[in-house]
Amino acid sequence: MSEHIVSPKIYVSVFLALLVFTGLTYSIALINLGPFNAIVAITIAMIKSLLVILFFMHVKYSPKMTKVSIISGFFFLLILLGLSMTDYISRPWAGSFSKAAQQDTQQR
Amino acid sequence: MSDSQTAVHVLKHHFRDMEQQNETASFGMWLFLVTEIMFFGGLFCAYLIYRVLYFDSFAAASSTIDVKWGAINTAVLICSSLTMAMAVHSAALGKRKALVGFLVLTIILGGVFLGIKGKEYYDKFEENHVPGSNYHFIVEPELAHKFHAIDPAKTEIFFSLYFIMTGLHATHMVVGFGLLLWLIIASMKGKFSPGYYSPVEMVGLYWHFVDIVWIWLFPLLYLISRHH
Repeated sequence: MSEHIVSPKIYVSVFLALLVFTGLTYSIALINLGPFNAIVAITIAMIKSLLVILFFMHVKYSPKMTKVSIISGFFFLLILLGLSMTDYISRPWAGSFSKAAQQDTQQR
Repeated sequence: MSDSQTAVHVLKHHFRDMEQQNETASFGMWLFLVTEIMFFGGLFCAYLIYRVLYFDSFAAASSTIDVKWGAINTAVLICSSLTMAMAVHSAALGKRKALVGFLVLTIILGGVFLGIKGKEYYDKFEENHVPGSNYHFIVEPELAHKFHAIDPAKTEIFFSLYFIMTGLHATHMVVGFGLLLWLIIASMKGKFSPGYYSPVEMVGLYWHFVDIVWIWLFPLLYLISRHH
């Protein structure tokens, strides 16, 4: 890690890119894009996080084991968010199912 | 000569060389940060579920927050991340004065962030937007026109998450202050050299992580639905 010294030029470019993306996410939020507002906000936040992780946190120059560990961390976060949301989003769909099941048991 | 002496001095006996020791420190710090991802992840998950269930109430509550302060704070925190990165850079080159200077700048910018955060919290108290017995959310006609299904009780859930998430983030900043103070004292005593600056690098990783959390909190809490 200490072997690779990142030049301040890269730090300043990343810093400027982060500021530009902050301005971008704010100005796009003022335009009505329907569901795409959330998608754009999340995409920009992902790009900003990636810039910080790769350059400020030196992950671009880190050993593979560190990279794999970080990716696994985000993978488990995705499982947490993804599986929770499949549950909550699909609950209303089950409404008609459970009614049909109830009628079925009553008939028997 | 002095560099290699420091390096020999700080190398723990169970490591082969400084490179292995540094990589181990960095890896261990990242494992801690991965647990932090899950720590904040639980809150982000709660936020996501309630935002999907009560979108209109969340959007209405979010649009009562003054976005200006959130945007300024985002810029302040990005600046502090740059000064932190430059502190690590100075440490790697053995520039002690620059190291202390950048660490002090980082702590000042962190203080500005928390000051603005305190002003925002104060505004929430004034508006009765702090969850609890005094919570009161007035649905302005403009809001009612834009978001049809506003339930004031559900806006309280938004503000509960707002305070827990920004509060936990602010707590991390306060911990960061302690770490930075420790680094400033140690670097003034000349404890770091190009051969040994792991503590600076590790605190840097922590500080950048806290920055990333804010990078997500800003659009999620302030920018849900801002168009007219």
